[in-house]
Amino acid sequence: MPVFHRLPQAHRDEQIANIAEAARQIRIQDLKLVHYAGAGHIGGDLSAIDILATLYGAVLNVAPETVDDPERDRFILSKGHIAGALYTTLAAFGFLPVEELATFLKPLSRLNGHPNRNYVRGIEANTGPLGHGLPIAVGHALSAKLDVSRRRTYVLVGDGELQEGSNWEAMMAASHYELDRLTVIADRNRLQQGATVRETNDLEPLDQKATAFGFAVVEVNGHDHGELLDVLSSVPFRPGKPTFVIAHTHKGHPISFMSNNAAWHHKVPSAEQLELALDELAAADGRGGSA
Amino acid sequence: MTDTAPKLSIADRPRFDCRNAYVETLAELAHDNHRIVGVVNDSVGSSKLDAFKRAFPDRLINVGIAEQDMVGVAAGLANGGRIAFVSAASCFLTARALEQIKADVAYSNRNVKLCGMSPGMAYGELGPTHHSIEDIAWLRAIDNITIVVPADPIETAAAMRWAAEVEGPVFIRVSRMSVPEVYPEDYTFVPGKAVTLRDGGDVTLISNGTVLWRALVAAEQLDDEGISTRVISMPTVKPLDTEAVLRAARETAGIVTAEEATVAGAMGGAVAETVVQNHPTKMKILGVPEFAPTGSASFLLDRYGMSPEGIAEAARALIT
Repeated sequence: MPVFHRLPQAHRDEQIANIAEAARQIRIQDLKLVHYAGAGHIGGDLSAIDILATLYGAVLNVAPETVDDPERDRFILSKGHIAGALYTTLAAFGFLPVEELATFLKPLSRLNGHPNRNYVRGIEANTGPLGHGLPIAVGHALSAKLDVSRRRTYVLVGDGELQEGSNWEAMMAASHYELDRLTVIADRNRLQQGATVRETNDLEPLDQKATAFGFAVVEVNGHDHGELLDVLSSVPFRPGKPTFVIAHTHKGHPISFMSNNAAWHHKVPSAEQLELALDELAAADGRGGSA
Repeated sequence: MTDTAPKLSIADRPRFDCRNAYVETLAELAHDNHRIVGVVNDSVGSSKLDAFKRAFPDRLINVGIAEQDMVGVAAGLANGGRIAFVSAASCFLTARALEQIKADVAYSNRNVKLCGMSPGMAYGELGPTHHSIEDIAWLRAIDNITIVVPADPIETAAAMRWAAEVEGPVFIRVSRMSVPEVYPEDYTFVPGKAVTLRDGGDVTLISNGTVLWRALVAAEQLDDEGISTRVISMPTVKPLDTEAVLRAARETAGIVTAEEATVAGAMGGAVAETVVQNHPTKMKILGVPEFAPTGSASFLLDRYGMSPEGIAEAARALIT
């Protein structure tokens, strides 16, 4: 996998092409990662990779050289079970040696099944139990406000994860404290471990709920790099209000036999399935834009 | 130390609510260090933080009645370089937010100070929902968190000053039940170190928090009977001063532990783990063995054998 650089100043088309190719390479690497480790959460990984690639490719002001800068933007991965996607993204943008990805889940590897900030530079919080990232993000956004800093806070939550009550506690506090440099991104793939979110404990009307909790709500195609780039780099949308981005995604995207299929929550692709998936991604080379 | 103050028993000294020392010290620390912030779950009044709020209105974050959010927010503030002193009733702080304490603070190694207000059975008649006899045992089971149970206002202030200086997770109990001063004004808290308040060669009492002064009075009584009693103050439950424990196990005939906490896995459990694996000796663990019935904290401590007389009796029974 080549190493990508963030292109904050580039022309929008160039940024999008960079993000698209990074996302494609991250998917290829991540599929191999899960296949060779024999475990992982490939469905949720593939659902979120376009969001991760957009954040690291053009939105966050963080790069390997600025990973300890107090003024860096913070990205908190609340759905910590997609650690494989995060590690692969961090490797794609140079925070982590690409070759180290082969140690994922191996004994004593730094690449645990859930991210650990004490092992890997660039990780902001040790997540895994759901419903933890949003309160942490609110705390960081409060620290930025106290510092009168323009640094931003982004947190990615799963849609099933929003069933945890702690998220809603944190959302109340976020709007109460007018944390308009906080952005919550909901990976709205509509599937949780073994069933749809609707069948399990429905979130709808999610937009109205987030609005009622004091957020400016924006809906995007979570696989469209242009839409993601425009929205994530334009926050806040309403002064004084935190932003809630509903990113409509598909678990397993864009692999034909994984997409929107709950069975791929944490299923491991066989050698044959890996080959098929990689063939599909190879065919997508150069397509760019919305995957 | 108390050997030099023969007449006035510690039981006769004036008593203090440690929350006052807590708020005075927090204000002092916040004045000197702009990174310090308070985080509360609506517990401004119960933590006596009204004056702090007036002095530092922006630096008291009140997330409302939402303990999980409170601890996560504290971890996020630490991510942004702040030192968060979380101040909430220990029963809600440690029970409701236990997973946040484990993952967001201890496992993430965040610079968060968890201050468990009115711990143990301080809420007395409000009953076991509001008691936090379990807090020490729960947090002891979590890696990477220092647990401090101060015995008086002087130790509460000293432990807070230390906590503000050190980088990393700390839990401090802040007692509401009034206690006499047991330490001199110039006391310096040393984490992980026990303090031998009375030396003695027959039996050892190990205690902390609101029970320590009771153990000192018990020692006065035992000494009067000719039983030479060692009293060890154990403010840091984790990491435990195992050397002090093993010295007591070797040099005296038995150890009584006494604390305002469950008998299962709190300081007494930590002492027992040390003793049984290194130098087995006779022990009695005094603490709270059940969901307590209605009663004041003081009444309940007496009921569970932690009056001075009760502690003395446990020591006598152990060595005779």
